[in-house]
Amino acid sequence: MARFLIKRLFSATLTLFAVSVLTFLMFFALPRDPVTGMCPKNCNPERLERVRTELGLNDPLISQYAGYMKGIVAGRDLGSAQGGRCDAPCLGWSYVTNEAVSDTIARVLPVTLSIVIPAAILWLLLGVGLGMVSALRRGTWLDRMAIGFSLTGASLQLYFVGAVLLLVFVYNLRLLPVPSYTSIFDSPAKWASGLVLAWVALAFLFSAIYARLSRAQMLETLSEDFVRTARAKGLAKRTVYGRHALRAAITPVITIAGLDVGGALGGTVITETTFGIQGLGRTAVDAVRSGDLPTIMATVLIAAVFVVLANVLVDLLYAAIDPRVRLR
Amino acid sequence: MSLSPVEGVALADIESSVDAGGPAVKGVVGRSPGQLAWLRLRRDRTAMVSGMLLIFFMLLGLAAPLIEMVYGIGPREQFQNLLDGFGMPLGYAGGVTGEHWFGLEPNLGRDIFIRLIYGLRTSLFIAFAAALITATIGIVLGALAGYLGGWLDAVVTWITDLTLAMPFLIIALALTPTLALRFYGERGQVSAAFGVGVLIAVFAIFGWTSTARLVRGQVIALREREFVEAAKASGAGLGHIVFRQLLPNIWAPILVSFSLAVPQFITSEAALSFIGVGLSDETPSFGRMIYDSLDFLQTDPAYVFFPGIMIFALVFAFNLFGDALRDALDPKSSR
Repeated sequence: MARFLIKRLFSATLTLFAVSVLTFLMFFALPRDPVTGMCPKNCNPERLERVRTELGLNDPLISQYAGYMKGIVAGRDLGSAQGGRCDAPCLGWSYVTNEAVSDTIARVLPVTLSIVIPAAILWLLLGVGLGMVSALRRGTWLDRMAIGFSLTGASLQLYFVGAVLLLVFVYNLRLLPVPSYTSIFDSPAKWASGLVLAWVALAFLFSAIYARLSRAQMLETLSEDFVRTARAKGLAKRTVYGRHALRAAITPVITIAGLDVGGALGGTVITETTFGIQGLGRTAVDAVRSGDLPTIMATVLIAAVFVVLANVLVDLLYAAIDPRVRLR
Repeated sequence: MSLSPVEGVALADIESSVDAGGPAVKGVVGRSPGQLAWLRLRRDRTAMVSGMLLIFFMLLGLAAPLIEMVYGIGPREQFQNLLDGFGMPLGYAGGVTGEHWFGLEPNLGRDIFIRLIYGLRTSLFIAFAAALITATIGIVLGALAGYLGGWLDAVVTWITDLTLAMPFLIIALALTPTLALRFYGERGQVSAAFGVGVLIAVFAIFGWTSTARLVRGQVIALREREFVEAAKASGAGLGHIVFRQLLPNIWAPILVSFSLAVPQFITSEAALSFIGVGLSDETPSFGRMIYDSLDFLQTDPAYVFFPGIMIFALVFAFNLFGDALRDALDPKSSR
């Protein structure tokens, strides 16, 4: 177990390293002067040159990369124009927003977490539950409804569903306020009412995919020998389906869920754009629009960290859920 | 996909010649796996309806200039005289009239119907081009990696895992303007064809890995089989074994994955246009129209529905058809 964890974490670190190098090359080495984008329109040449030196863009690429990485691990000194000393998870300084990138991230990350975590709980419960029930009641009207729901949901687009929800619940019925983010610690009620549309939209689309997937998996598991054996030796239906079959059927669902939740935590770009909520995804989009390289770098890296961590977590969950899996 | 395709075909052959009943009087009719799949597809009502719908959509896209001629309105023509003082279309449901079937865009006053037709054309073109390119790269690399193993396999697997960890939307978002800047400079007018090309390239870079993963797995399952050994023993070269012996055995899952990749690319293109990269405003696109319509949700709610329902219908038809194709090619799958 410990050995598996170490091996897995090692390969995860390697992946993150590769992602960071690739991202770095993509944005810093491509022949586009990153400084022009960061400077307001009438920037004089001296100021451009100063920014370039402060960012270390005149140094060789390798030392730029090393400096960036050192900043993340140990913090570094960025010079007075970039807010001076930058502490441990230092992601650089943004000339567009005029603040340390880590401060921006610290501000928008809770927003994305507040969107994704409740939505994920909702979509997993709804999707897996619906899939399981329709597999057990195969061929009934309930099953057909579930199939219809999942086919429709899998073809709908989030921005369209979001727009319709906004139109109905905010603009026509006026049941909900215009979506916005309030910290859960300030006012849980406002937090929920501001984000509930985003949760519903995300959960609707994702649960469609999960219902379909878990139905297929459950049907496959139900035809396996161990299920028949368990029934034959006299176990109650409840125990067989709820304990044995479910645990085997749910593992592939968890793999996909890990990727989806990890990916969503890295920024729900479309959701945030549709509902006008400033989270990680929206920040990334804005950074791209304004050519804010340090922020782009940071958002891509954070997104990758979430995906990779989610994958490690999924492997561990596997062993806990499916008795057939032994980690080596 | 637990049984090998070869056994599957043999079984299906037996089943269908039993079903066939009437014509089987002449004895067992030999049918190729392709013919069997086609027969099953023809019998499937969902497949036929969604297939027709797809053909209809493709014809609409292909005939866009022709439709423009008949309809008499171009995608960039503005009808400012039909807007009120606030730039909102006059009349009901966003200005729907006999002349403007789906109404007009607020502010610019362009005709929504003809823009949707051209949007369909762009969307389908990008999706098919991207799907073809990704399938080609994925098949070649996946088959070679699976058959040869060794360092090539390691590299392909590693890249596949890596692309999973990269946030596609954000990278695509960041890469598109960077590439445009690289080729056009700070002030150059980016042409529409270039925007389309960049999108296809970005999809190709990120999309091939899923096909490669699928093909690799299938090839690994087949490479130790006797027919491969026989081919090797009779002196067949690498190209012959991979492309003439192995690939014909796995075309079914490839076809299914292709048919399900097209709607994914349609969705991705719309998503990228929605967040404002990808295509310029000159090129009509579903995602872009929906993004623009969000500002008018309160004042002109009809605007969001036309592109929204259009893209839903398109993706829905593709998904239904892809599922039906899977059922036809692999009748034992539980989906």
